Parts: sequence; C-alpha cells; structure tokens
Amino acid sequence: DYDLIVIGGGSGGLACSKEAATLGKKVMVLDYVVPTPLGTSWGLGGTCVNVGCIPKKLMHQAALLGQALQDSRKYGWQYEEQVKHNWEVMVEAIQNYIGSLNWGYRVSLREKSVTYLNSYGEFIEPHKIKATNRKGQVTYHTAETFVLATGERPRYLGIPGDKEYCITSDDLFSLPYCPGKTLVVGASYVALECAGFLAGLGLDVTVMVRSILLRGFDQEMAEKVGAHMETHGVKFIRKFVPVQASASFRLKVTAKSTEGPEIFEEEYNTVLIAVGRDACTRSIGLETIGVKINEKNGKVPVNDEEQTNVPYVYAIGDILDGKLELTPVAIQAGKLLARRLYGGSSTKCDYINVPTTVFTPLEYGSCGLAEERAIEEYGKQNLEVYHSLFWPLEWTVPGRDNNTCYAKIICSKHDNNRVIGFHVLGPNAGEITQGFAAAIKCGLTKELLDETIGIHPTCGEVFTTMDITKSSGQDITQRGC
Amino acid sequence: MGKTHSSLLISVSTRLNDQACENVQERAEWHYTDFVLSPEDGGSDGKALACGPAQCFIVSCETQPEGWRHPSFTGPAGGTAAATGKNEYDLLVIGGGSGGLACAKEAAQFGRKVAVLDYVEPSPQGTKWGLGGTCVNVGCIPKKLMHQAALLGSALKDAQHYGWNIAQPVHHTWSVMAQAVQNYVKSLNWGHRVQLQDKKVKYFNLKGSFSDSHTIRGLTKAGKETIVTAENIVIATGGRPKYPTHVAGALEYGITSDDLFWLKESPGKTLVVGASYVSLECAGFLTGIGLDTTVMMRSIPLRGFDQQMASLVTEHMESYGTKFLKRCFPTTVEKLENNRLQVTWKNTDLGTEETDSFDTVMWAVGRAPDTETLNLETVGVKTNSETGKIIVDASEATSVPHIYAVGDITEGRPELTPTAIAAGKLLAQRLFGQSSELMDYDNVPTTVFTPLEYGCVGLSEEAAVQCYGSDNIEVYHAYYKPLEFTVAERDASQCYMKMVCLREREQRILGLHFIGPNAGEVIQGFALGIKCGATYPQLMKTIGIHPTCAEEITKLHITKRSGLDATVTGC
Repeated sequence: DYDLIVIGGGSGGLACSKEAATLGKKVMVLDYVVPTPLGTSWGLGGTCVNVGCIPKKLMHQAALLGQALQDSRKYGWQYEEQVKHNWEVMVEAIQNYIGSLNWGYRVSLREKSVTYLNSYGEFIEPHKIKATNRKGQVTYHTAETFVLATGERPRYLGIPGDKEYCITSDDLFSLPYCPGKTLVVGASYVALECAGFLAGLGLDVTVMVRSILLRGFDQEMAEKVGAHMETHGVKFIRKFVPVQASASFRLKVTAKSTEGPEIFEEEYNTVLIAVGRDACTRSIGLETIGVKINEKNGKVPVNDEEQTNVPYVYAIGDILDGKLELTPVAIQAGKLLARRLYGGSSTKCDYINVPTTVFTPLEYGSCGLAEERAIEEYGKQNLEVYHSLFWPLEWTVPGRDNNTCYAKIICSKHDNNRVIGFHVLGPNAGEITQGFAAAIKCGLTKELLDETIGIHPTCGEVFTTMDITKSSGQDITQRGC
Repeated sequence: MGKTHSSLLISVSTRLNDQACENVQERAEWHYTDFVLSPEDGGSDGKALACGPAQCFIVSCETQPEGWRHPSFTGPAGGTAAATGKNEYDLLVIGGGSGGLACAKEAAQFGRKVAVLDYVEPSPQGTKWGLGGTCVNVGCIPKKLMHQAALLGSALKDAQHYGWNIAQPVHHTWSVMAQAVQNYVKSLNWGHRVQLQDKKVKYFNLKGSFSDSHTIRGLTKAGKETIVTAENIVIATGGRPKYPTHVAGALEYGITSDDLFWLKESPGKTLVVGASYVSLECAGFLTGIGLDTTVMMRSIPLRGFDQQMASLVTEHMESYGTKFLKRCFPTTVEKLENNRLQVTWKNTDLGTEETDSFDTVMWAVGRAPDTETLNLETVGVKTNSETGKIIVDASEATSVPHIYAVGDITEGRPELTPTAIAAGKLLAQRLFGQSSELMDYDNVPTTVFTPLEYGCVGLSEEAAVQCYGSDNIEVYHAYYKPLEFTVAERDASQCYMKMVCLREREQRILGLHFIGPNAGEVIQGFALGIKCGATYPQLMKTIGIHPTCAEEITKLHITKRSGLDATVTGC
C-alpha cells in the first residue's frame, strides 16, 4: 500500500516520514501511546515533545525564574516578600503549549500528505503490519520499507509497590497536583534534571543514587553538577536502592544499602523513578519478521545506514543499540535516511562529536569525549587538559556561587592540540556549547581557541582565554576580567 | 592574633595626612606579612582602603576587617607617598584600561620592569572612577549588569506565567541597583590593583604626557610632577564620550555613559541622544527598569552593523516601550524652574521644531580618543586629523620607534575590550617574548546587549554584497521562537537569525547574525567555527542541542533568494 511505513511518531519518525513525503513517496506513520500504570497518556510527537525535552526545559525555566526572583531584589526590584509557586498554573501553561505542538505535528503531516494512524503497530508477516486503535479496531497495511522509531519508556524498579505508587517522568510533567516532598530514584540526567527543577520550585527533594551520577558523562563534571545541587538544597542518599514502596497516609519507601545491611525508611508524597529507559521493541512483532534485537537491552542493532538485519526494515532514534538517545540525533538520522532511500543521497548520519546539555540547575554542556574516555583512548601523556573556574557576571551582584562554574577542554597533544572534548558547567550551557560543537566539527584546535576574540562579558569567552593546564596543578579560581 | 593574609595591597587616600598613613602602616605590619601602601586618588576620602587576595574592604572607622583597630583615619589633605624622581622601565603603559593592563601584565611575565600610568579625568559632571578603564567602570561591566537588572524585570513578568505568585505592585529602586553595581565595579578596581601588585607592575595614579620619546611627565591631581622614563611606551588611553558642542546647554545639563552608571538616584524620564550601541543599550535597560525613555536619532541605528538586524533591534525596543524620535536632532537644552530639562529639537521629516521636558538628557553620539593631553606632536606620533586616533601598523607600532598604541585610541580598530586585551598581550609577547604573532582583527565577534540581544561575527549582509556581489552570496535565515517565550506568552517577532555565505559550491560562511536571548553566548562558539573556515554544509552536519535557540543555527535552510516563509515551526 505504501512506499514507507514508520512505526512511531516521535522526533525521528516524524522527521523521516515528512522528508520521505517531500521526496514524493507515499508514507504512513503509526503512533500510539500506551498509557502509564497511572493512566497518563499524550498526543503525537513522542517523548521529546510530550514527556521529555520540552516540558523538562520549561519546568527548568520555571525553576530558573525562581532563582531570578531572588536575584532581582539584589538588582533593585522590590515586591512583597512572600512568593509562592503554583504547580497547577505551571502545568496548565506547559500542557497548553504541548497541546499546540501536538496539533502542529498533525497539521504538518496533513500538509505533507503523510497518512497518520493513531494505532498500535505490530508486524504479522513480512512487509505487513496490523494496526490496532484505542477502540480495538484493526486494520492491515503493507509497505515496501519500514522504519522502526518506537523509542523508549521509563523503566520501573521491579520492587513491590513501584507501579502502584511511584511515578516516572512519563507522569510528572502532567501531574495535576504538586508532587510535594519527593524522592527521585536514580542518577541519570532525567533524575537529576527533575530533582533540580523540583527543588528550584521550592519542594523538598531527595535523590537516591545506587552508584555514580550521570553515567557516561565526564565524572568530574557530573560530581560538580551534584555538588551544586546539594548546596542548593537537594539531598542525596548515596549507595542505596529502594526495596519497597508502600502507602499509608503518605508513601513509605524502604531502601537498603548497596554496601551493608543498613536499611533506610522515609515517607514521601511522591516517588519518581528515573533509573533508565527501555526500548519499545519487544511487542511489535519483530520476531515474526526476523529483526534481531540485543536481548540484553532490547535495542536494535543497525549498520551505519540505520539498516537492521532485515534489509527492508530500518531503525532510528532511541531504540538503536549503542547510539545516542537525543532528539536532534533522531531527527538528523531520520531525515538523512529518507534522503538516502528516496533522494539519491549518500550522506550518513554522523554520530561523532554530538553535543548535548544536561539541564540541571547548573547546566552542563558537553561535546566530544569525557576526560576518562579520552584517557582510555589516547593515554594521559598524550593529552593536555585546560580548565578554568568562572563567575558569570550576572551572579556577582547577587553574590551567588562564586567559583562554581567550570570550563574544561581536552586536547590531543600530537594532533595539533585538536580539541577532542569540550565541557562547560554554567548558565546557558546549551547555548554556549552549540557553536563550539560546530567549531569542533570544523577541526577546532587550542591554537584557534587562543586566536579567537572573546565576546565580553559572556560566559562563553572563558574558552578563548584558557591558559592553565590541569597537569600544572595551578590555581584556577577567577578574579577580575 | 596571627597574621591573616600573605599578600596585601593597601591603598591610602592621598587625602590622609602622614600621621594617618604611618598608623595604617603600623597596623598593617601587625597583621600582614607582605603588603604595600599605595596612594590612591579615588573616591576614598578620609579612609584607607585595603585589598586582600580574596576580598576587598574599606578600612574606615565604620568598617574594619576583623582584628583591625585603628584610632583615626580622618585628617586634612596631606602629603602623598608617591615615588618621585627618575625611573627606568623596560615598558611604560599610559592608560590602565583593558588593553594597557593586559599589555603591562604580560610584559611583566617576561621579567621586565613595567609601569602603568592611569588617571581618570573627571567627566564634565564630575564623575570619576578607579583603575580598569572604560570597560570595567563605565562600559561593558556596569552596562551588562544594568541590562541584567532589566532582564530580571522581564523575568518577574515571565515568572507569573510559570506559576510564581508575585504580589503587585513591583517597583524598581535605582539606588539599590546602582549601589550593588558600583560595589562590584570597585571590587574589580581593587582586583586590578592586586594583579598589578602580584605581577610587580608599578602603578602610578598620574596623568601622563610626553616630554620626549622615552620620557613621560606625570602629574598628580594636585599638580605634583613625576618623570618616568622607559625604553618602550604603549599608549592605551582609550576614548571618552563626545558632547555635541553646537547644542546649547548640552555640556552644562547633559550627562554621558561616563555618568549614568554612577548616578546615585534614578535618572527618571530620560532622553538618550544617538543611535550607537551605547545609546540603544542604555535606553534599553532604562526602559526595562521602568523609566520613561526616549531615543532621539538623526539617521540610522547601529551604523556599521547589518541594517536589517539593526532595524529588528529598534523595532523590538519600540514594542518593549522605548520611544523613538527618528530623524530628529536636538538644538537646545534648557533648565526649567522645576529643575527639569527642556529639550528642543528639529524634526527633519516634518521640518518642525518640537520640544519636551526630561529629567535627564544623555548624549551617546559617539566617542572620541583621549589624545590631546598626551603631547603627541612633541614626539611626532601621527594621528588621524579627523578622528584624532593614533595611526598604527599591523604590529601596533606608531610613527615613532618604541612607541606603540593599543585599544580604542588606535585608528581603524574595533573598539572592543577583548580585542584590546588580545592586542596588548600579543604586543608584549612580540616586544619581550620573541614572538612574531600579529593580532588578527578579522572575524571579531561582538554582541549588542539591547533588551533583545544582537550577536554577530563576520560580514554584514550589506558588506558581503559589496565585497562579492549579491549574485555570489546566499543568505539563509529564520524567524524562530525561543522555547521559554512560549509559556511566558512573549512576542518573538524579532527573534531572527541569518547566515551570509558564499554561493559557490563550498558555501563558506562570511557572516552570522543572531537576535535573541543570550546572543553573546550563542555567537561565541560559532565565531570559532567561522575562524576555522566553516562552510554551510559543515554547519548543517552539526547536530543541534535541544531545546536551545542556538540549535536553530544548525537548522537554517531557507534562503532569502527563495522568498519562502522563514518562520520556524515545531521542533
């Protein structure tokens, strides 16, 4: 029936289907959100728009504005002392915006003549899927090519009471009531971002961490992110894992130490689980048509053209094995895939040097290698690490967090001091990192950084004047301009 | 009690008498292992100032560091401890601004004997400030902090959309902001003093002029003379705001950016004359903190900048509440009986004369170099007769051997702090460090901190058209909406970006222009890319960071030539 059927209407799936349609193909997209155990569900657009980047950054912004309110008094603004945050107002505003995005996606699919089906798709035979809608009505569709873009959903703990009493990020952003005293389980970026903005809105927040913060990220940076959160009121319980959640008046969580017999018990209004995400690949009939998945994590291995072991089935986005779980990566991969399939292009998606930002209260932007990874790959003696603390000008007047923001670049000594890792911890880290990522793409070296003139007074300019190496052990606290 | 700091610079007001100075010295010896007393003209009347490595504090009867007790710091104007007599230096820098200090400190790193002369001639309204030059005292720093105050005003409005309940009314108090900004600036002044001290650069609070090509005659405020001789001399005295001399009452009643940041009370209803970035930035933050603000401009805004961007900037300011009197120029300023200022101007469009009264009139009609008092003609340092700026070659050398110039005083250079710093450093490296590296003035990024910020690097569209012809350039552009604006229900009509590229296959990027929040942070990294010779396809291969404003740059795909709608929709 179709040239292309895309299963999953998230960032990657939509980008791929729209691009294919632009190239004149007959395209169908299937999207279906299985409600969470608490019954939360949402519209077209996938994780990013509904339960990811968009609501998360808006809530982060709400928290930053809370900080801005405190700062504003130091800058001469005067108003009544008592300022309270109203969760419902925020959620309604954010959900309204998301609603407009859902609608926007529907419109743009229609404009591009992509057939949209709000149904659950599963393979029943080669080139053929069964689509089941909310009412249980079934239709069948065939296509020449398929793209899997079903993404991931939050993982639960597998302990008594988790699905009954706990929520995940799938529920948090549309929660109709303020979560109150909250335990966040996990130390992923999702966990830290959520804990960060909840604390920023004035809630009592505790993060329970089994082992390390922000696995996969530069650990020096990760620890600094955590330290900043701790100084701003987030409590951390390290090396504990929950064993049970039960409800009395409030929610009671029991946790045990990962190192000894110690038991921790505490009551919360909300428990948010953020211990990772699982690919939605186990119930879409992949075994029927022979698409292999990595049994351990459910992810789909693909070649460098996003092709699975079954030639007419491709996969993009969060379900890819060993690739990055980021919206812009999925979009890029989806677009380029469509262009290769239907536009005669040969450009492949480049998964190297992809920049990203963690929107914790102190934002963390990075591109390229973590210091640990760089040492593994290049050897410590072949690297030079330049670093500097900095104090954003805007923070001087409110006198906050001096020598907390941090910049670090990792250079390969024997390759012209090429920059192989870029890390920044500070306000607007995302905005800062983007341009540097472009420069890294163009072969950025330390020499070029030194030759570039800074924009004064910004945070980004710190990278143009870095002259202290980590190996020198010199003091990096900053004074003056 | 043990000695608390290992290194300390103690600045003593020149208005202290000798006995008071001795008392300070005695106390300092008691508490500190290593310190220097230094005379200071700055506004520290009747007080000694002390600056430690970690903090700065004013020593007076009211505020004393812990453990510091002193009987009396008040006294009549007395002697100065300034060194007198002849000095031999490897390098003497005239002007302690960004460029001068950077050059001096760098030279000192090479083990050279270096001195810096700095002297702030009070503004016609009597405003003066400490070490550090324009940027620190009356430029970038206070400007961006007041801009931040204005942004926080918008944040207060946004916050309500994000669920924060703020009881009305909300007021802004100028004096609270000004005090906080001024305190921070003062701490930077001291930071600079400490750095000079740490790097063993001799600092003279003197006004310098040339006696001969190796000799500078320095004068204190009181007229006391010091002669300083040096092998090499760097002129870095910067520029000061211009007054329109032909406008009656301008000098008498008007202020400039030299005064604005040091006002103790709110300027009230303000007329800002000029369309430079200084004018628009000041008018922007004054509007943002709730003042009735008008910009009067004779011709185009932000001359030299991309004009499409410039008009978006002013268009946004208009919607933000700044009033504009376009194609108007002032003729007189008079003081009314109620102390307000009555300004009369000509409207060149209508050919009419109009008038209104203001609390403050600020001139932002350009800046002029501070070369007159330097006595340059004596030594033969050539200046541009029109601009008064010093003519330098690619190595910052003037027409006289061993005399150099950096920063705003040099002809044809961008008037920017980071360029002055880089030029000063490189100059010192060439003079003393066996370097031959020249300063590269191409592709210098900059940002105008108007309410909606405008950052750019490389060529404006006009300049690109002029250099390459409109058939040979491709302009990619987009109107975008910052995510944070959505919930806040803010208008994003002027959030716009464009990339000017060559049209040929490779599509090298010639210029990048961005209007929106955090424009400075956004542009900085891209400036590097452009320095690396980035091409349009390379930028398109860069993956975005979601959700940011900067990611829109990596997604630019609509050309101006196509005439297609450039509004970004969805993610």
